[in-house]
Amino acid sequence: MSEDVKKFLYLNRKAPYGTIYALEALEVVLIGAAFDQDVSLAFLDDGVFQLTKGQDTKEIGVKNFSPTFRALGDYEVTKLYVEKESLDERGLSADDLQEIMYEDEDDDWAEKPSIHIVSRAEMADLIADQDVVLSF
Amino acid sequence: MSSYEVNGQTVEADEEGYITNLNEWSEDLAKVIAEVEDIDMNEEHWAVVNFLREYYEEYQIAPAVRVLIKAIKKQMGPEIGNNKYMYELFPYGPAKQACKIAGLPKPTGCV
Repeated sequence: MSEDVKKFLYLNRKAPYGTIYALEALEVVLIGAAFDQDVSLAFLDDGVFQLTKGQDTKEIGVKNFSPTFRALGDYEVTKLYVEKESLDERGLSADDLQEIMYEDEDDDWAEKPSIHIVSRAEMADLIADQDVVLSF
Repeated sequence: MSSYEVNGQTVEADEEGYITNLNEWSEDLAKVIAEVEDIDMNEEHWAVVNFLREYYEEYQIAPAVRVLIKAIKKQMGPEIGNNKYMYELFPYGPAKQACKIAGLPKPTGCV
């Protein structure tokens, strides 16, 4: 990593379908991953629905892109922060989210979870700590 | 290029030659696309094409070139999984050209 590395945070605040924001954000993350920055994703408000497991979009005729989150590890995007209060407010818990793992190159390719549940206060600190925040 | 003919069937493609209905893919179609792309399919070409199809099936995206090469390296060894060799197999870009033959959409971020 060079000194040019900046901390990028992508804020995901909207439900996965109904608007194009969630899919667009994910595509920007995948494209931006080529630039070797320090990337994190945050999920809050209705954005937490993006990571729920068992999504089925057949009836609404759009592509279910939730499996793509599991590819993020291949793109070295390994930090996904989910706000606990947003989950609670929607009757969700960590168990409702799909499992997203990455292989840690520096630890003999051990499989580790990418998702971290954080409190609203921790989320505020995380946002304050970034060089660039992109909100979707 | 807007369609391919395979076994008497017409398969629609976009102006760049990517098929529009991913379900219409078959190995015979792959051979036809490869011919248009001037690629003589060998075992290694097929391995890359099959890997791409499996990756798409699992993650719903075509991987970026460096992700593809890293995965091929892991799966098939560094002699095949390196930039130079991949571009020898697919001179117009492993992701772009191999995805076309594999019947997948153009990789995200590929222009």
